[in-house]
This record gives sequence, structure tokens and C-alpha cells, in this order.
Amino acid sequence: MDSEFVLEMNGITKKYGLNTVLKDVTLRVRPGEIHALLGENGAGKSTLMNVLFGMPVIHSTGGFQGQVRLEGQDVKIHSPMDAMTKGIGMVHQEFMLIPGFNITENIKLNREISRPWFVSKIIGKDMELLDTPAMKRDARLALDSVGMKIDENELVSTLPIGHMQFIEIAREIDKTGMKLLVFDEPTAVLTESEAAQLIDVMKSIAARGVAIIFITHRLEEVMNAADTITILRDGQLVTSLAKTETDMSELARLMIGGSGSVSRVSERETNIDPTKIAMKIRHLAVDQAGEATVDINLDVREGEILGIGGLAGQGKIGLPNGIMGCYPATGEVELFGEKFELNNAKQALSKGLAMVSENRRQVGLLLDQSIEDNIVFSAMQVQNDFVKGPFKLKDSKKIRAHAEEMVKELDIRCTSPTQASGTLSGGNQQKVCVARALTLNPRFLFVSEPTRGIDIGAKALVMQTIVDLNRKKGITVVVVSSELSELRSVCDRIAIVTDGVVECILRPDSSDTAFGLAMSGVDVEEGELAK
Amino acid sequence: MNKNNFGEKVLAHVKEYAVTYLFIAISAFFFAVSDQDLSYTVTQLLLRLNRNAFIVLALIIPIVAGMGINFAITIGAMAAQIGLLLAINWGITGTRGILVAALITLPLGSLFGLLIGKLLNKMKGQETIGSMILGFFATGLYQLLFLFIFGKIIPMNDNVSIVGSTGIKNTLNLTGDTDLYMAIDGIVRVNLLTTVYAICGILIVIALVRFFMKKIEKKTMIITVAVSAAIAVVFMLPGVKQLFDGSLSGNGKPTTIPFVTWVLVLCLCGFNAMLMKTRIGQKFRAVGQNRTVANASGINVDKTRIIAIMISTVLAGWGQIIFMQSEGIGTFQTYSAHEQVGLYAGAAILVGGASIDRASNSQALIGTFLFHLMFITATGAATRLFGDSAIGEYFRAFLSYGVIALALVMYAWRGVKSAKRAKRER
Repeated sequence: MDSEFVLEMNGITKKYGLNTVLKDVTLRVRPGEIHALLGENGAGKSTLMNVLFGMPVIHSTGGFQGQVRLEGQDVKIHSPMDAMTKGIGMVHQEFMLIPGFNITENIKLNREISRPWFVSKIIGKDMELLDTPAMKRDARLALDSVGMKIDENELVSTLPIGHMQFIEIAREIDKTGMKLLVFDEPTAVLTESEAAQLIDVMKSIAARGVAIIFITHRLEEVMNAADTITILRDGQLVTSLAKTETDMSELARLMIGGSGSVSRVSERETNIDPTKIAMKIRHLAVDQAGEATVDINLDVREGEILGIGGLAGQGKIGLPNGIMGCYPATGEVELFGEKFELNNAKQALSKGLAMVSENRRQVGLLLDQSIEDNIVFSAMQVQNDFVKGPFKLKDSKKIRAHAEEMVKELDIRCTSPTQASGTLSGGNQQKVCVARALTLNPRFLFVSEPTRGIDIGAKALVMQTIVDLNRKKGITVVVVSSELSELRSVCDRIAIVTDGVVECILRPDSSDTAFGLAMSGVDVEEGELAK
Repeated sequence: MNKNNFGEKVLAHVKEYAVTYLFIAISAFFFAVSDQDLSYTVTQLLLRLNRNAFIVLALIIPIVAGMGINFAITIGAMAAQIGLLLAINWGITGTRGILVAALITLPLGSLFGLLIGKLLNKMKGQETIGSMILGFFATGLYQLLFLFIFGKIIPMNDNVSIVGSTGIKNTLNLTGDTDLYMAIDGIVRVNLLTTVYAICGILIVIALVRFFMKKIEKKTMIITVAVSAAIAVVFMLPGVKQLFDGSLSGNGKPTTIPFVTWVLVLCLCGFNAMLMKTRIGQKFRAVGQNRTVANASGINVDKTRIIAIMISTVLAGWGQIIFMQSEGIGTFQTYSAHEQVGLYAGAAILVGGASIDRASNSQALIGTFLFHLMFITATGAATRLFGDSAIGEYFRAFLSYGVIALALVMYAWRGVKSAKRAKRER
């Protein structure tokens, strides 16, 4: 039966518990087209692909509603293997290659060509001998079709990172009966020329009739490669349109969302002096896996709330972690005019820096310890506060008094300060983290992903707390967040980090288009920038 | 190649095989200070190689499959000991008795391997320590079986049980009536010198034939011929020849080696090599290198790991049978014969230059050779240095544990270094 579409996903709805992550999403892909799937983090791209590949995470959480049709036929996809046999392939963002195997072995992994002999006839297919020359011939053909001149006998571990992407593609092409290929952020680790080559390869694959779903956040690549574009936002389909009908600015605006008005927590009464610099960051490179920064240059003004935004994996989280000494960093940083030593967490804390970590449960809190111990822990270790006597024993009275004060001030909902912090709700745990940072009496505070994993009511409270700290105590605050609306509600300026560098600094009231373009690494008009 | 480059390569090689070179140095030192004669050392070494090589080779597959050193081969040895006990109990003697024990080992070892594999799948990343503790734990069950179940629940004959009490005898005799002593070693014995000459001759002929059939290059042919000829010539030198032709030994008989045992060892080498060229071998390697990638390409990781442990357990059992019947053993310490199997075999393969994630046939054989060279020379060295041969026993245990600890540390260290290098390259 012929169908216009190779893949139709109609009315897909997926809930994790009470949380709806996909709501009535439709995706239709024609044979031989490159179909770009656009959206911010959390827009539902990954979940949609997990549904398509029948990932265990979908089935183990109650499945999904909606209909998946391949070439006009209703199908049920039970597992990634099942998807593969039905002709759906994936080029992974994290390379699925075995470094100690050569290219041929990787391309043919678990699909080896083998010859039977008497032993295998008795014991089974597993004992068949590998037909290496035939495997090499196939690998050669696949490599040629992605334009790789490289020797098929090379070990993968000796290859440059950029080549590995092409080996992955060659492996997918080598599979017979491939109808649909998903590319998940394929250009993220490639150089510019490699990315251009990759787009050419995608076009040549599509020209052979294989449909491609292209997941990316780089709008330039979308405009260059895609035929059709589907945009998701907050788990819902925004629109699906042909490339010829649109342009980059429109895509950027659609991706970020057109709510228009920005709701501010409170406006600042006195102006910030742009010449007074609290922290001067030059050429900061942080080696945090998955959130590495490459070359950050940024001035944080005294007394301001600076937001750091950007898509996941672009390096915004690496920035505070690098400066606080949690991950190895290089570069030059000045704090209130003084030279600041990197890679020294203790010194960072004693110089008046503090951080509320994005990783609350692993880095931020000692979950089995009481609230009061968590609150004073850093101050005890770094400033010798809350201790008494020659043996520096815990000063329990002082700790209790301070903890009770903090519980009241930040409104931490608990039975007593001795309650284990792991038993608190997410929002209250976050407040304990804030309390600990405040106990250090910081002049400068990093707050990283403050509202991750806490409910909506608590979110507003946490944001209000940040503003209060800034206004009443005069602490300079840097807020890192994936939620743009959150940054726009409290920040004076918002720096967007893309590909490990500060793409530009925007105003909270800059247009959605400007934010969308900046997150995709495209230059923004002069008028949208912060002063 | 310039000189500097060559020096670097040598240095890198020595670093890579530090444990091996350390053991060569230790053995050389022990041999130099002991007053053992070369003839004794060589004879003992041949005995021990023939006895232990099979078990050490049984460790290779789990290492390739990424499960570290399978110290649970002691459990395979237990399976073999159950087989031997039953053979003795049923009065099956000689080579037939050995065959029966080997046949019993197959299902028992497979079953034990299956259980070990299932457990190790629940503790991925900690297989080495896991398998070691499992071995200790299984010893308890084994003793329960031999002390109580055999005899009380399953009736056993008087020749194996303690008359008037419960349980199996402490020591079972493999000589005499049972006739299991040297039941494999004694089948065909060949003169060592003749064998060496014959193998060298055959290698030369094969190399020449393959060269003229244009299967191999001229360089390979010349190297093979030259090395084979050189080995043959060395064994013809009077000093070397007299070690083996009987002129130094007490009874005047030339040194012979057990032909069948060596054929079995070579078969296992062939099996290991062959397996790596099959689909399952490719699965072992893939799972060993990266479980996530293997899983993503549709390989059943858990099943593959279980198969690796099952094969290893059965092979280790057969290795234990070869050990028990071998020349110079003759008795079967019912309750403790298996205890050191894992430790000594694990240490031996590490000495040969294998690591937690890499191993080959040649590493297993070289390791067995070097490890037992240390064993033999330690006694003599201890006698000369401390006036007491018992201290040699101390050296043996100390160095066995030491080499395992060293190999584990070096493996961890190498991991840290390669992670750093990978980061730099990025």
C-alpha cells in the first residue's frame, strides 16, 4: 500500500505520572525528505524519539497514546531492536562505537557476515566463523557512500572525534532496508567543514529515498538542509511548515514562544553602575563533561542579578562550576579587582563566593544529615565558624540558634532543624541550600538551576528569595537557568551561552526572536542587546 | 628508525609489561642465590607447566568479555573434584575414570557457571572481588557436601568415607587401585629432545611450503626458518642437550613429556584463538569493551557474560582434573585441593603481561612459566638466605598476592592516564 508519508505519528500523548510531556503531537515525514525537528530543551523532542524507537523508558512508564504508522501501516514498536528491523535507524549524539574495534568491526557490530561450519551446525549460529573479507567489502561501500576515504582497518580509538560521526552514519547506511534515519544533534562535535560535509552526506542519503529526521538547535543548518520543519514547544506541536515558507527569525520566535509580555518579580529602584565590576572573567574554559565552556568572557557588575541562559549542553552550567572549583578550569578571573585563583574550592568559598548547586541531591546537600548541620557545614569547614574550644568542637547552641533563624527567615517548612534534609520537599531542600550559602555571608552568589525539580508554587518563592537577597543584602547574584521566563522575571541582564562562549548579552525585555537566534548561535540585531 | 624513537619504544614496552620484567628479575635473583642446579629447575618447571597451563588458559575468555580475572574458577575445580570423587567411589579406574570425571564436570561446571554468571551480572564492575568471595563462600557449601551429604544422604563406599564417622576421607589416593595417577600424563610419553627437533623441522617445512605456495611473504618465511633452526641448534649444544638426555638425571633416562596433556593444552589455545574469530567471540570482545554500545547494537550483554563464565568454569574444572592426575601429585586433598587454584592461576596470567581487560594465549603460557619458575627457585633461595626452606613458602604467598595487587593498581593507574590523554586530545 502506497502512502504519501513514510512515517506518521498522530496524536501522540505521553505522561510521566501526572506530568504531561507530550500532548497530541503529530509528526509526518515524507520519503526522501530531510525533516528538521526543532525545540528548546524539554520541548519533547527526545520523548517523541523515545516513543518512535520503543525505548524501555516509555513502556515501563505506562506507554503512550496515539498512533504510529510506517508506510501507511499501523505499527507497534516494542524495542529499539524492533525499530531497527522495521527500518528505522539512529545516529546517536553520544557515539555508539567500540574504540578497540576497527572501523569494519564497528560498522558490522552484531550484524557480522559469517560462514557456517560443522561445529556451528551442531551448536548454533554463534559459532559461525566471521567472513572478514566480505565484511570489509561492505564497510568500504558504506564508507564510500558517506565520502570517507579512510582505511576500513583503522582502529576507531585512533580516529579524530569528527570522523566517528561518519562511521556511525556508515553503519546505519550499511543496514539493509533502512527507510528512516534519525540524526540527533549530529553537528554538535563537528568542525565547520565537517558539519558542511555531514549536511552533504545527509542530502545524498535523502536523495536515495531515505527519509531523515534532523534534530538540531542550529537554525542555519536547518535553513541549509531541511525540506520541512516541525517545531515543538512545552510538549506541544507549534507548527509544521515547509522551509520555503519561513525564515530564521520566524523559526527562532516560534521556538521560544510568543507570550510577549514578561512578568517581572520587582523592578530595581536604584540604577546599577556599569563601571563597577564585581567579577571579570576572561578566556574561561571549564572541563565539565557535557557542559564544557570553551572561552567565556564576561563582566558581572556589582549589585546586579545577571542571568545565564542557553540550551542544555552548551556550557552555561560549566561556568559557575568552573569558577567555584568543582571542575578543572583555565583562564583569568578577577573578583572585586583582586586576582582570583581557579581550581581551589576552599579559596573560592573563603573569598566570599558561594554557590547553590544545580545538583541539589548529590552536590548540594548531605541528605542523611540534619537541616542545621547542612546549613552550617560549609561555614564550619571554611571559616571555622560555629566551633568552640581548642579542639574545635561543634558549638551546638550557636548552630541551633542560627538554624532556627534561617528556618524562619527563608520559611523552610520542617518539623525541626534536626530533621534529615533528605526528607524535605524539593523546594524546601533548595531553601536549605540557599541558607547554607547565606551562612557564609557571601558578597557574590551563584545560583544554578534553582527551580529544577520543584513545584510551581515553590518556584515563585525561590525566585522571590533571590531578588530579596539582592535588594536587601546587596549580594551580586548570577542565576543560571534553562527556563528563560524565570531569568526574564528577575535578571537585569541575561547572557546567552552557546557552544561554550557567551553569544551575546540581552535585556529581559528583548524579543523572543532575539533569544531564539542567540541560542542557535546566530548574530542578534544591535538594538536587542543590553547596554 | 632513529635511536631515540627506539629507546622510547623499549621504555614503553618495559612499562607495559612491568610485572613480567619484575618477575624475570626476581626469578633470576632467586636462581642466582640458590644452589639448585639447572637440571632440577628445568625438570620441575616442565612438570609444573604441564600441570597448570590448562587452568591458566581457562581465565582468558572472561577477561576478554570484560569480567576481570575469574577467581571463581575454584568453583570449577570443585565440580571436577566432585567428578573425581564419584569416579573413585564407583571404582572406575585409569583413563576411563578420568573421562567419567570430565563428563560429570561438564554439566556440573555449566550449572555452577550459570549461577556465578547470574550473580556477577548483578555486580558489574566488581566481578574480580565478587568472584573471589564467591569462591570462598562456595568452599563452605562444598565442605557441607563432602562432610555430610555424601555418606549420610547419598551412600558412599567405604574406600572413600571415614569408617565409623561421617564424611569423606581427608585424603584420597589416586595411585594404587584407583590407578588415576598419571592417567593422562602417562598415556603417551615422548622424548623432549626428539619433540623439539621434530617441531622445529615441521615449522621449517610448513614455512617453506607456504612460501612457495605464495601464502606468506619472504620475510616471514626467513624469520620462521631462522628462529626454528636456531632453537634446534640451541638444543643440540652439549650444555643444553645434557639437561634432557638423561646424563645428569639419577636414573640415566632422558626427559620425556606427556604428549596427550600437551596436545590438550594446545587444543585449548586453538579453541581460545578460534572462538575469537566467531560471532560469539566478537560478542565477547564487544561486551568486554563497552557494554552500552554492545547493548545498543542488540547484543544480549547478560547472556554473553554468562556464557563466558560457563565456558571458563568448565574449562577450569577440566584443568583441575589434569592437575590432580599429573606427575608428582598422586593424592587428592579432599577439602582443600581447590583453594589456591584461583589465586595461583590469576597471579600467573597477570605475570605473563595480561591485565584486567586484556589477555592472550601467549600471555597465559609465559605467565605460567615465569610464575612457577619463581615458585621453584624461591625454596632454594630461602634455604640459602635464611637457612629454612619453609620461608620459600612465605615468598610464594607474598609474591602471589603482591602481583595481583600490583596488577590491579597498574590497571587503575592506566585508566586514569588514558582518561587524561583523551581529555587532552579533545
